[in-house]
Amino acid sequence: MIKVTVDNIEIEVEPGSTVLQACETAGKEIPRFCYHEKLSIAGNCRMCLVEIDKSAKPVASCAMPVSNGQVIKTNTDMVKKAREGVMEFLLINHPLDCPICDQGGECDLQDQAFNYGGGRSRYQLNKRSVNQKYMGPLIKTHMNRCIHCTRCVRFSEEVAGIAEIGTVNRGENMEITTFLEKTVESEMSGNVIDLCPVGALTSKPYSYEARPWELNKIETIDVMDAVGSNIRVDTKGWEVKRVLPRINDDINEEWISDKTRYACDGLLNNRIDTPYIKKNGKYHSVSWNEAIEFINQNSKNKKDFGGLIGQLVDLETGYAFKKLFNKLYNSQLVDFRQKDILFDTSDEFNFTFNTSINKIDQCDFILLIGCNPRLEATIVNYRIRKAVNSGCNVFSIGDPGDQNYYYKILGNNISLLDDLINNKISESKLLKEAKNPAIIVGESALTSDISSYVISSVKNLLKKINKLNGFNILHQFASNVGSLKLGLQSKNLKQVYNSDLLYLVNCDEVSINKNDDQFIIYQGSHGGENSTIADVVLPSSAYTEKNGSFVNLEGRVQKSYKSSYPPGFAKDDWEIFSIIADSNNINLGFKNFNELRKNMVSEYPSLGEYDKLPELNYTNLTFDNKEKKDFKIVLNQIDYYQTNIIARSSKTMHDCKKIKIANKKVSA
Amino acid sequence: MSGKHIAKNQPASFIFSEENKEKIKDILKKYPDTKKKSAIMPLLYLAQKQNNNWIPLAAIELIASMLNTTYIKVYEVATFYSMYNLAPVGKYFVQVCTTTPCMIRGSGKIVEACKKIISKKPGYINEDLDSSWIEVECLGACVNAPMVQINKDYYEDLTSEKAETIFNGFKEGRLPNIGSQSGRKGSEPIEKRTTLLKNA
Repeated sequence: MIKVTVDNIEIEVEPGSTVLQACETAGKEIPRFCYHEKLSIAGNCRMCLVEIDKSAKPVASCAMPVSNGQVIKTNTDMVKKAREGVMEFLLINHPLDCPICDQGGECDLQDQAFNYGGGRSRYQLNKRSVNQKYMGPLIKTHMNRCIHCTRCVRFSEEVAGIAEIGTVNRGENMEITTFLEKTVESEMSGNVIDLCPVGALTSKPYSYEARPWELNKIETIDVMDAVGSNIRVDTKGWEVKRVLPRINDDINEEWISDKTRYACDGLLNNRIDTPYIKKNGKYHSVSWNEAIEFINQNSKNKKDFGGLIGQLVDLETGYAFKKLFNKLYNSQLVDFRQKDILFDTSDEFNFTFNTSINKIDQCDFILLIGCNPRLEATIVNYRIRKAVNSGCNVFSIGDPGDQNYYYKILGNNISLLDDLINNKISESKLLKEAKNPAIIVGESALTSDISSYVISSVKNLLKKINKLNGFNILHQFASNVGSLKLGLQSKNLKQVYNSDLLYLVNCDEVSINKNDDQFIIYQGSHGGENSTIADVVLPSSAYTEKNGSFVNLEGRVQKSYKSSYPPGFAKDDWEIFSIIADSNNINLGFKNFNELRKNMVSEYPSLGEYDKLPELNYTNLTFDNKEKKDFKIVLNQIDYYQTNIIARSSKTMHDCKKIKIANKKVSA
Repeated sequence: MSGKHIAKNQPASFIFSEENKEKIKDILKKYPDTKKKSAIMPLLYLAQKQNNNWIPLAAIELIASMLNTTYIKVYEVATFYSMYNLAPVGKYFVQVCTTTPCMIRGSGKIVEACKKIISKKPGYINEDLDSSWIEVECLGACVNAPMVQINKDYYEDLTSEKAETIFNGFKEGRLPNIGSQSGRKGSEPIEKRTTLLKNA
């Protein structure tokens, strides 16, 4: 440890840290623009100047390493004057358009000019003007406001993995742009908006929508993929205005994917706000009582009852739905799978991401089997990229396309797993020598015919090298792991699809071939294809409009909170189940949400351990040798911007898709 | 100085000549496989030399894909250095130094002369004179400021009249002697020698 003195406070810091970090340890705030913890050091804004003894000039603390016995001062006249000088220079070319700037109120430059600036300008010449740059449908630019901190440039190269944003020209003419103003194509591009310390890069869909102080801010969990990114939802009235990331170093650090950030305008469109029943091929809006009565009448003469929950459903809904089916319909046919896949539910280990998201960075061997992490779990892919940068070898069975890092495709036949076990290919040696190997199995490799073979051979492979914790399943949907934990994988998926009464809860990815005598109830927040085949449509609240909890792909349970309220007559899912049960004089065992959660946790204690990773326990694991299978993996085509009903209802996501298609045509 | 002028009329494609391909192989040998990006500058230079003293965008794209990097990374370099031209230049290519010493000695007037005689905006060709001009950073001839570089030669100690005469001479293909235009020898003092008198 290195001893330094900051403003007469003696502290110890790790060797290799910077003066700025030392000052932060001592509790001193250092203003900064270009420095960002997660990015490389640029040292070009000069705002973090401090005084160090024996140095004649003020020193940029972000780029200065600490050394033993350093005496650092952050509150002297010299520092104050230096900061005022830097601020005056930064403001020379910065327009005074705070009143019309979207960043106003949450702008680093505004705050720091207020706190550290001189309060006046001596500059009387014309300010420089820079043309607006086009960066696609997500990022709005006002390049006059840019102070050239280059955070966006470093982000696109280091984090997003595609160096798309750069600085052109030099000196006074320096500009931030993309090559010939092409659209930024990364799935994480929206993060540059948060990174930008001024209003140069702002959110296009959010432009001129609201001021930060008017917004109601609720911290919750994202459901667009199974990662469970921590987000903050900002609402004005009932409208969700924007979604921002929350720092959680175990999951998303401080990034979120574009879908998480921008699909929120889908919450305003295409909503179901009142119950409908279908009579003579036409939908009629009805009251809740009529709708429930209609359901009860039609369910009397039905033989088998099937329930299907969708990808955005929280744990509590899943639990209440299961209770409803068990008690009211006396049926066990509740499922969550919207395609023909099969998970091994014999132990929790078999369907979770056991390496944990936080530890992927440390892996030195990663094998992807039938998964496309870039589109299925963008944040996980960012972690894999981080591992690649520190020397990890990535291989793939199946061709997932561009992942923003180099990886080798071993082939697409699933029998390669046997070759790996039996040392038939050269990569088995690499795997054997690896300290932290991870094998990531995606849903494309879990179709019901090969699932058990893939899972058992991957487990055998890892058991052989004694690295069982490298077993990972990459889920695509937020409700998958939770539903598996609730035991919602039924024995016969086809029977669920074909049951006489089919109850769909937020279930939009599955295509149902409706029989004439099948009665379908669709309960959901948005109108989609499945709401048009249903006999009854019940409105429910979307993920931002209810309390709940979700299990992410690692098996981590996280609470999500209500930040808005549903439109019209829509109700929370569990309320609807209660009403149906009550109308049949059945008691589901809960009267309010807290009771529901309490019941669920007492039945499944592991669902009450919030924000914790499940402990790995290999005692109940079974290993068996399945016969070698010859099967070629074809990866599911993923339409990244359209993977769920909220994204499909979002105009922004449609724009992104359109531009992606157009760009593909140009480059082809 | 203003941002670089990038030609509107771009060729659809660009390929290196066989001779240059050989040279590129030699250049790439200098850098390790993981640091191929370092060859951006020599490759841009080759492209410029091959393509009549300017680099088309197609060449930038080609170099980026050859070095396994993104277009913007090559584009950044090409726009940063004033020696890379991103638009066609004239047969007489004038580079006016406008860095501090030249600026103090009146390079502003030379720029005015360029605007008057060659083209209003830097980087555009005057077809009549077959000439174009740009502003550049210090060319290292501060003692004889203000100065311009025309193709490979320096013309120093200019006034706006002298500069105009030189530029007007492009029409007949006439260029004055290189070096100082005020009659002094090299960079010796303007009036008379003040040092090294003994050996004179």
